[in-house]
Amino acid sequence: MYDVIIIGSGVIGAAVARELSKYDLKVAVLEKSSDAANGGSTKANSGIVHAGYDAKEGSLKAKLNVLGNKMYDELCSQMDVKFKRNGSLVIAFDDEEVKEVKKLYERGIKNGVEGLEIWDRERILKEEPNINKTVISALYAPTAGIVSPFEFAIALSEVANSNGVEFKFNTCVKNIYKENDIFVIETNNGIYNSKFIVNAAGIHSDEINDMLHGEKFKILPRRGEYCLYDKVCGDLVNMTIFQTPTEKGKGILVSPTIHGNMFVGPNAVDIDEREDVSTTQDGLDEVLQGAKKSVSSISSRNIITSFTGIRSRTDKDDFIINVPERGAVNAAGIESPGLSSSPAIAVMVLQLLKKEGLSLVKNNNFNPYRKNTKLFLEMNEEEREAALKTNPSYGRIICRCESITEGDIINAIKRPIGAKTIDGVKKRVRAGMGRCQGGFCMPRVLDILSRELGIPKEAVEKSDVGSFILTGKTK
Amino acid sequence: MSKTNITCINCPMGCPLEITMENDIISVIGNKCNKGKEYAIREITNPTRIVTSTVKVNGGERPVVAIKTQDEIPKKLIFDVMKEINKVTINAPVNLGDIVIENVLNTNVNVIATANDKVK
Amino acid sequence: MKRELVIIGGGPAGLAAAVEAHNNGINDILILERDKNLGGILQQCIHNGFGLHIFGEQLTGPEYSERFIKKVNELNIEYMLDTMVLNIDSSRKITALTPKTGVFEIEAGAVVLAMGCRERTRGALNIPGSRPSGILTAGAAQRFVNMEGYMVGKKVVILGSGDIGLIMARRMTLEGAEVKMVLEIMPYSTGLKRNIAQCLVDYDIPLYFNHTVVNIHGKNRLEGVTVAEVDEYRKPIAGTEKYVECDTLLLSVGLIPENELSKGAGIEISGITSGPVVDESMQTSVEGIFACGNVVHVHDLVDFVTQESYLAGKGAAKFIKGELSKSKKVISTLGENGIRYVVPQKINPDNVDDSVNFFMRVDNVYKNVFIEVLSEGKTVLKVKRPVVSPGEMENIKIKREILENINFNKLIFSLKEA
Repeated sequence: MYDVIIIGSGVIGAAVARELSKYDLKVAVLEKSSDAANGGSTKANSGIVHAGYDAKEGSLKAKLNVLGNKMYDELCSQMDVKFKRNGSLVIAFDDEEVKEVKKLYERGIKNGVEGLEIWDRERILKEEPNINKTVISALYAPTAGIVSPFEFAIALSEVANSNGVEFKFNTCVKNIYKENDIFVIETNNGIYNSKFIVNAAGIHSDEINDMLHGEKFKILPRRGEYCLYDKVCGDLVNMTIFQTPTEKGKGILVSPTIHGNMFVGPNAVDIDEREDVSTTQDGLDEVLQGAKKSVSSISSRNIITSFTGIRSRTDKDDFIINVPERGAVNAAGIESPGLSSSPAIAVMVLQLLKKEGLSLVKNNNFNPYRKNTKLFLEMNEEEREAALKTNPSYGRIICRCESITEGDIINAIKRPIGAKTIDGVKKRVRAGMGRCQGGFCMPRVLDILSRELGIPKEAVEKSDVGSFILTGKTK
Repeated sequence: MSKTNITCINCPMGCPLEITMENDIISVIGNKCNKGKEYAIREITNPTRIVTSTVKVNGGERPVVAIKTQDEIPKKLIFDVMKEINKVTINAPVNLGDIVIENVLNTNVNVIATANDKVK
Repeated sequence: MKRELVIIGGGPAGLAAAVEAHNNGINDILILERDKNLGGILQQCIHNGFGLHIFGEQLTGPEYSERFIKKVNELNIEYMLDTMVLNIDSSRKITALTPKTGVFEIEAGAVVLAMGCRERTRGALNIPGSRPSGILTAGAAQRFVNMEGYMVGKKVVILGSGDIGLIMARRMTLEGAEVKMVLEIMPYSTGLKRNIAQCLVDYDIPLYFNHTVVNIHGKNRLEGVTVAEVDEYRKPIAGTEKYVECDTLLLSVGLIPENELSKGAGIEISGITSGPVVDESMQTSVEGIFACGNVVHVHDLVDFVTQESYLAGKGAAKFIKGELSKSKKVISTLGENGIRYVVPQKINPDNVDDSVNFFMRVDNVYKNVFIEVLSEGKTVLKVKRPVVSPGEMENIKIKREILENINFNKLIFSLKEA
């Protein structure tokens, strides 16, 4: 019997799990995929911690974005996750857009965003010389930042796990009902009982809401495609460059990533199939064309990969954070600024659970820090020496592009919520994330996974069940 | 009479060769040099190839080691030779040049190791 | 530590450079190799066809490299395996990492860069579709099949007619897979004719020119690809799409010289070859740093890599001994009219022994042409070629005397109809 079961281990599920792990509770996270941060939204989004001027004043989105943004510094420093307040610009090229920028400025002030400024052309080009010279005006937000969304979510999961939260992967919720005030959760992996439930099922959160008999809403999945560039393009822009928003969202942005790459995207295409993370030629063309409006020198040269994320948009305007049924809390419809809001959403979910009767007794052993998170080449000399002594494989580079050693990969496998797949390694330590996209290191990572997990090479998978790489021995 | 079209591989020219067989008489057109003609005749009468693959190794550092037929074997025997190769397991250490299969399928050609493998 | 000559990479290029530097009087040589064996990519190239130019016989990849490994051992040339170079600076200080000692530094009298190249991947092509397993570069598949003894799939489509793709079509067939087709977006093959005949035609594997993959299907493991014909601008033609069921897509769509270290050292990189700009001695723009093999430009034959690496080894030896002339006279080479690039890009005739072998690649298939070498509008040399093709590197030897008599500082290589 669990006190709380969280459905979904995206960034929201992870943030809630970490928040709950501060208390003496028996908590489990059920995740249908093979890994944390593996769904269409957390695995593939812009990785922007927004300042908070976009959402309508008074909305949950506005409130939680500004609150969440402020929580990032401490959280990331505790968890040793790279986070940088690189600032953002919303740039305007004509009078209409200038009006929009002013509107955002005013809205930002109302939302409580600090440090907003309107910049003129000269100032913009001084700070960002590669922006198209026809720019007129921009909204500057110093509090906007960049983070790796899946590194952040995995770190939250690790902290939760180290503080006692269980994670059940490849566990898909099929049905939920109540028996004597206890939730019975049927999954493909057996039945779970829990006193409370948190619905953080992302693009499937409407299905879980239905099982909880909540007020109906519908997920209207919207695809966003991105192109990621080689690090040689990493300093094309310093800040995250937005265009003025349209009905379909914040538009196509150009931004550095926290690891020194550059990316452009996303577009916004409504789709029927919510699991469809494929990219399309039209979409990639649209993204490139769109990005050129901000920075004309952008081309398809130096693209190292492209990917698609799915936004958990709903037929409601705002995040859906409510109580669908006694003892259950929805954290649903979390589209942008969901990543930015996630720490604040977790706090709000906790308050709702408390209202529903969850008793919160402090876990005195709660430890917000993660251990041994440094990559070998980021260590100082002393740390390196110590690391090599415990494991000489720290001295062997496996991923050339990102300079990731065998020891780093073994660490990623052995950590709490460790990597079990090729993509799992990639998400945690970026082996295969660089310019050669695993062309060189994938066979070696496969070897290491097979050895460390004690499974045959044929059983090593790229990501979810069935994504095996090898089909058998030749001889 | 039978006609076969092949591309000459002797030089980058890649001449399209048309080979005609009539009453055991072979004629070649399309070749710009004598090498092309020789190649065409060989390809039509007795095409041969070197086969390269791997064999399983017991107790080596590697699970398989590279091998080749030391000389060309008839092209039509490629898959039969592969079957023979797939039957074999050799023991480490393996030295480059070691005979893996002697006189494979009575072709008078040996299958030999083309790489080394140490004992694990 | 201090070393006279450090060679980065123990593949065919690095090994040949080491041997030749030793032959030219340098004893203090260290080869740094990231893998657990010497031999580089040749270790996994178990097919034959190597060595016709250098040894006059057909060898497999491991046999070819073994000849050089043997020499390296006979000459007692030192090497470190399992060692990755992390950085080189313009003063030839090398930072490297190895499990036994961790991070260490070497001050090198001269350096030869021989890091080879890497394969272009799906990301670089930006092929749309889902992201299942079963899509890998031909080289990664080659490693699995030939070195590790594992199959990567049963029904295979190969995109790109590069040599590794063609070789893998045959390898996968011999090991029991069904290779359904090879697709080439260009109207001609980028691989060698010999490989098309002996890897595809021999096994009835169709090769479709002007075709590419436009979509990828399957959530977990690859289930199929959509292929389409392309127009002259390489854009897919609507209505020509066809679904092909397969569990494996191998990519053989080009190789990129691996020059991150070179860039770190501030070496000038050619935008066309993606490799360092080099001179007649294979010296880069940074004094004392030489380069050879696929790190300079992508070769189709290892024999030419070896030749080029001999030059680099000898050049480095001369540099160490102070015998490399730094005379002011430098001739720049340039490709024009269908010639995409020429290597070396700079010539100092004083450093040329007998002749310079210029390597070049054309940008399309041309029949019945002259490769004309011009200086100041005058023809220096003219060589007839019945056919030239982007898939087959051309080379032209020019004697030292001719180079010495060139007064102009530019040498232009150009195609002309015969």
